[in-house]
Amino acid sequence: MSLDVSLQTDPGAISQDPMEEARRQVEICNACRYCEGFCSVFPAINRNKVFADGDITQLANLCHNCRGCYYACQYTEPHEFALNLPRALADARADSWERLAWPGGLARIFQRSAAAMAGALVAGFALMFLAIAAIPAGGQGFYAYLGHGAMVAIFLPAFLFPLVSIAMSLRTYWREVGGGAVRLADLRAAALSAGRMKNLDGGQGQGCNFEKEERYTSGRRHVHQAIMWGFLLCFASTGSGTVLHYVFGSPAPYDFWTLPKLLGVPGGLLLVLGCVGMVMLKRKADPALGATGREGGSAAFIWLLGFVGLSGLLLYAARGTALTGPLLAVHLGAVLTFFLLTPYSKMAHGFYRFTALVNDAGAKAGRTG
Amino acid sequence: MTDPATLAHQVWDVVVVGGGNAALCAAIEAAETGARVLILEGAPKAYRGGNSRHTRNFRCMHHGSLGPLVETYDEEEFFDDLLRVTKGETDEALARMCISTSEDCLPWMQAHGVRFQPSLAGTLSLDRTNAFFLGGGKALVNAYYLTAQDLGVTVSYDAQVRHIGIEDNRATHVEVEIGETRYRMQARAVVLASGGFQADIDWLARAWGESARNFLIRGTPYNRGVVMKDMLDQGAQSVGDPTQCHAVAIDGRAPKFDGGIVTRLDCVPFSIVVNRDGCRFYDEGEDVWPKRYAIWGRLVAAQPGQVGYSIIDSRSIDLFMPSVYPPISADTIEELAGKLDLPPDKLKATIAAFNAGCRPGDFHPQKLDGLATDGVEPAKTNWARPISEPPFYGYSLRPGVTFTYLGLKVDNTARAAGPEGLYDNIWSAGEMMAGSILGQGYLAGFGMTIGTVFGRIAGQEAAAHVA
Repeated sequence: MSLDVSLQTDPGAISQDPMEEARRQVEICNACRYCEGFCSVFPAINRNKVFADGDITQLANLCHNCRGCYYACQYTEPHEFALNLPRALADARADSWERLAWPGGLARIFQRSAAAMAGALVAGFALMFLAIAAIPAGGQGFYAYLGHGAMVAIFLPAFLFPLVSIAMSLRTYWREVGGGAVRLADLRAAALSAGRMKNLDGGQGQGCNFEKEERYTSGRRHVHQAIMWGFLLCFASTGSGTVLHYVFGSPAPYDFWTLPKLLGVPGGLLLVLGCVGMVMLKRKADPALGATGREGGSAAFIWLLGFVGLSGLLLYAARGTALTGPLLAVHLGAVLTFFLLTPYSKMAHGFYRFTALVNDAGAKAGRTG
Repeated sequence: MTDPATLAHQVWDVVVVGGGNAALCAAIEAAETGARVLILEGAPKAYRGGNSRHTRNFRCMHHGSLGPLVETYDEEEFFDDLLRVTKGETDEALARMCISTSEDCLPWMQAHGVRFQPSLAGTLSLDRTNAFFLGGGKALVNAYYLTAQDLGVTVSYDAQVRHIGIEDNRATHVEVEIGETRYRMQARAVVLASGGFQADIDWLARAWGESARNFLIRGTPYNRGVVMKDMLDQGAQSVGDPTQCHAVAIDGRAPKFDGGIVTRLDCVPFSIVVNRDGCRFYDEGEDVWPKRYAIWGRLVAAQPGQVGYSIIDSRSIDLFMPSVYPPISADTIEELAGKLDLPPDKLKATIAAFNAGCRPGDFHPQKLDGLATDGVEPAKTNWARPISEPPFYGYSLRPGVTFTYLGLKVDNTARAAGPEGLYDNIWSAGEMMAGSILGQGYLAGFGMTIGTVFGRIAGQEAAAHVA
């Protein structure tokens, strides 16, 4: 088959459209290739000669915004090619989340607006205060304030609906990027890459160029690891509680030396520390290398996530005191908001990123495009 | 810290003129001995690093694997490669010293922040001879600036040196323009590493001829040879042909300056190349492209308007790395001629004659396939396949200048020489003196070798002089 050169763009034609602009920049990168060793994006670029929309969406979601390529690039402004690949891919990436989300309008709001997220959080608090006040409760620990049945009635749909929404979006994503059959080996490769945050290590373990410009550091990789593993531990804590409740007939509250607490307390601490670290790093990082107009939504998401962790820890620390009721409402309100906004907030990036890593593993093995 | 007036009020141990690889190696070596070092970089910070920012690898002698390099590349083989491209235009003693020192340089580079990566996709043939920089030359330049900063080296950007003050064979000061003001920096030793003159188009036109005004400059617009001219005017001894530059054929739509690596065009062997009159002028299939892209710079430079047009048909569009510029495409030769502003009848006649000369045979894009034309002048001796399957594609070609050969003469301690012999305290490194070793042609990655080896020596010698 002949190469479809009609996909090629003029390297000097800077575009306002995120897809077109990312394609223009990726084509220049493919002609240069100096950055091959930094991350997975460049080998993926090198596998193609021209780039369809789906290729750009995949590259955009594969990029972890480590920024190594920007500081190494000989074509950044004031050069007329004006390369800023981290931003071009970040814009295409944010655009893809908003395009692929269901319903899409919500993502456009919560990816961009800190105020919208704050509003949603207040609504979450209010709802939980209302629920605690209105619904008769009976039980020990938290259940003295909000019964187990009520909690399940609220949180099961709030947990399942976002999952269904995300699953639908990922299916569209997979079709758009031309993903093939998923192998166990691809999932394993993606999990290893995400688990070690391989794409933030600069290719040789030296780290990325987030908060100290051309100097490499592991700061961002470490705080991101703290957030990710903290979140997963908290999630595992809740999961283990569910198992204890339904399988072993052992309802909350749990002692410290039980799985929910042994997972949840370190998880909460990691999550809070990671979010504080990320907020601090983001203050030092150059916003011109991130997605255009999503700083507010992104920052608000980190605050929300950190607050989920912090309020959970406080709730545990204040157990048995008069603060338990209000803290429970605040914590559950934050968790509810976090769950419901997952498909529409920065949280969605984890799902797309993992899917992109799975697709990349398949492509590396020569199975898909 | 870098307020120019403050800088002018002190006596520097070593003033380094230039801000690329050689300059940085010199500054780092000198600063490591405790010397107070000032770098005067003519470019603004965003464009610091001269042509080094466009480089991608370092040619290096080695015995057994070293860094990213595999197997062995010994002095004899390296020197033979150099002899082949320079056709003997090299100073053997300096060249051998440079080659044999390169082996020590690679670990030194790593120790000073440079990171290497395996050879890039499509460059496997270089994995024994050339060590590729992770992120390319600008990443190397960044690493050296950080190292220099950590060593306390002072850097002044937008600092165009205008004159080296020399008395009794000794440099006394450096006159530099920062902003609109001229300052006098007092120096106990001076290292000159500010490149060639290829970005001064007027100088290029005087040296090469008026046609040089149509050349594109692949690298930095800041290598204007200001300091070199000042030195030559003061009687510094020179090497290298003052009229010559190294030029390769690149995409004719490339920027006038700084297009760098992405402007390369690899389609020539699978095409016919015509000039603006629609006539072919050289065997496009003489050899594989890596061995021919340099001579095509000169070939195109000799054509009217210094432009050529490479034309292929749809069967060949997938045989090479696409140019970063989309091809001009058309369904007929007339239409293509119209879009390329070529005489349609002449182009049709040229292609018809070429097609009539093509013979049946097996076409092998990856090797010299011997598929040659018959009765066509000039012949195409490999990959000669009719241009017959629409759509047809065209790319324009222009000479892209990489560097000039004229430089300062140095000895094996990188010391420059004036009318009365070696200067007491002036050293030179990098492209500015590379003509001593590379008198003709080019060997990939060797510019960085010369810059690193002589930059380090210049820095050590200058530091020893002021110690």
